[in-house]
Amino acid sequence: MPTKSSKKSSLIIKNLHVETEDKTNRLSKKEILKGLDLEIKEGEIHAIMGPNGSGKSTLLNALMGHPNYQISNGTIQIKTDSKTKKLNDLKADERANLGLFMAFQHPIEVPGLSFLHMLRTIKNLKKTETQSLEELLEELKTELKKLKIDEKALERGINEGFSGGERKKLEIFQMKVLKPSFILLDEIDSGLDIDALKIVAENIKEFFKKHSPAIIIVTHYARILKYISPHKVHILSQGKIIKSGGKSLAHTLEKQGYNEK
Amino acid sequence: MHNDSEKKINTLFTNYKYGFRTDTKSTLVIPKGLNEKIVRQISEIKEEPEWMTEYRVKAYKEFKKRPLPDFGPSLKEINFDDIHYYIRPQDKTKNKWEDVPSEIKETFDKLGIPEHEKKSLAGTGAQFESEMIYHSIKESLSNKGVIFDSIDQGLKKHPELFKEYFGKIVPYTDNKFSALNSAVWSGGSFIYVPKNTYVELPLQAYFRINTESMGQFERTLIIVDEGGFLHYIEGCTAPVYSKDSLHAAVVEIVVKKNAHVQYTTVQNWSNNVYNLVTKRAYAYENAEMIWLDCNVGSKITMKYPSIYLLGDNAKGEIKSLAMAKENQCQDTGGKIIHAAKNTTSKIIAKSICKDNGNASYRGLLKATKTARNTFNYSKCDALILSPEARSDTIPKISIDDPTASIAHEASIFKIDDSQLFYLMSRGLPQDTAVSEIVNGFANPIVSELPMEYAIELKRLLEIETE
Repeated sequence: MPTKSSKKSSLIIKNLHVETEDKTNRLSKKEILKGLDLEIKEGEIHAIMGPNGSGKSTLLNALMGHPNYQISNGTIQIKTDSKTKKLNDLKADERANLGLFMAFQHPIEVPGLSFLHMLRTIKNLKKTETQSLEELLEELKTELKKLKIDEKALERGINEGFSGGERKKLEIFQMKVLKPSFILLDEIDSGLDIDALKIVAENIKEFFKKHSPAIIIVTHYARILKYISPHKVHILSQGKIIKSGGKSLAHTLEKQGYNEK
Repeated sequence: MHNDSEKKINTLFTNYKYGFRTDTKSTLVIPKGLNEKIVRQISEIKEEPEWMTEYRVKAYKEFKKRPLPDFGPSLKEINFDDIHYYIRPQDKTKNKWEDVPSEIKETFDKLGIPEHEKKSLAGTGAQFESEMIYHSIKESLSNKGVIFDSIDQGLKKHPELFKEYFGKIVPYTDNKFSALNSAVWSGGSFIYVPKNTYVELPLQAYFRINTESMGQFERTLIIVDEGGFLHYIEGCTAPVYSKDSLHAAVVEIVVKKNAHVQYTTVQNWSNNVYNLVTKRAYAYENAEMIWLDCNVGSKITMKYPSIYLLGDNAKGEIKSLAMAKENQCQDTGGKIIHAAKNTTSKIIAKSICKDNGNASYRGLLKATKTARNTFNYSKCDALILSPEARSDTIPKISIDDPTASIAHEASIFKIDDSQLFYLMSRGLPQDTAVSEIVNGFANPIVSELPMEYAIELKRLLEIETE
């Protein structure tokens, strides 16, 4: 395995404040993240845990560049060697091109547009890729097989008519095909039965071993962390990280809940 | 909706590449306007039997008498006195491309017509102004008794077959524009497929209006005998002029017992053409009729292809795609009449509108008292791309058969932020994401089209990169 250690990039989040539209009042904004700091290097897995409404999904959406989440203060940066790239004003596709990827908590349906067509279009846009259609098809089929998804899924509309569990698997499928460097997994474990959870975890681990990306796992439960061992665990509460620690923190949390003193 | 994507959407469906015009020397141009004398003159030019002349005159009188339709978009701006009702581009229909006058040939070369014929068709017809200037069919098919000719030749060469069906499926009294067509019809195809004959490759006709203020009134009559199989494709384009042109066609189809007919239309008139077309098919016992109808061009289109399921176990399907951009109105849909036992039908309608365009579905589903076990499924989807765009779904359902099973679904979509964000997060730029969503919406219909047309339609949906 060639090591990327000398060129490891980091995703650096400093004093991040994020607001979103208040659903009860169109004109007012609501601040969800209130000064969040986090740094993650390629080759690391971080878990972010926290109660409902603590801002976990907001964090990932803001990192990916969702237009409904505005950064009012702070920075999101990618640091490679001496170069630092600020992401704050970049659109989602530009962030994707810098290596970010988000697995959605609720994957979105795009009827009539097939996975195959989308992935092929994206690959064609990246001029550096020299994969032929046959090679791409081969890769897609191999990955689907590993995720135990029927290869017919390739021709179907994106997330159209798939079960909740299949959609989650298909998020991981896209991740493996697009090979990002910074991976944001938004409750990838929710809605998965135990077998599907194992398959998803195996595939994430396989990808991690091969490509050593940075992975941020946002989750309510420690159960996925039994299969994927994080280097760090952070607890998010009321828009800030209130505690960070090693793997054991997740287990403590599961026993004691978030209300621990 | 992002402001940016609004801008990108605005470049959708632009660049009408068929807007060129050709200088041609027509052999005969009848002055603008319409009266009984002109109707008789057209019939005389065509050396028609007397019954046809009288039929035309009766139809003309009906046309004068009938009011404009009391539904749909307004047609009040059509100036019937400012239209050429007949223009003859050359002496007679040719069977070889070499014999077609060079400037007309050039037009069809630009449209890729002879190329298509070589590659994937069993026969081709091409109409320029009022006449079919070219018609050819593979010898293997004509040897089997398949007739594919211009309708004028159909009347001359097969008078009995012609008289048996002409005007029987769409009578001139049906509506104002079927009356107009019946009075001044010229050009179009005449097709007969004998019993148990399978026409493997499609037959195609291509219609081109070239002159300003032209009226094109082609008439198509298709008879597919018991157990026969046919796929017919028509395409149409016109130059862009400031004055409006009128296209009022009538298509009549007879699908006999156990026969199968698909009629595919890709309508891409320039945006100064009124396209007012009556299309109807009779399907007999165990027969199957499919209309695949795509309307992209024209100023106003009013067209509701219909299927009368007249024999037991007959099947009908209407699949349509309509796109309306600035100042365009696509008032399209379909009609299915269930009038026999165990008949089934399906309607899939997709409309896309942007700017102030209006793409609406208007349909009729009817089951008569004599029908039993009628089965229908209808689905109408609209994709609205601009705040000023409009789409109405007006389905009329009239069921006298208590054993009928009818399902109607309708939905309206707009491109929402979450879809855009999802695709962009995968690395698609916003404009590509928008056109992929539109393409995805249209895909269930587009994917049914023959290859060349599918590519063409997809191109129309693509956003030009700046």
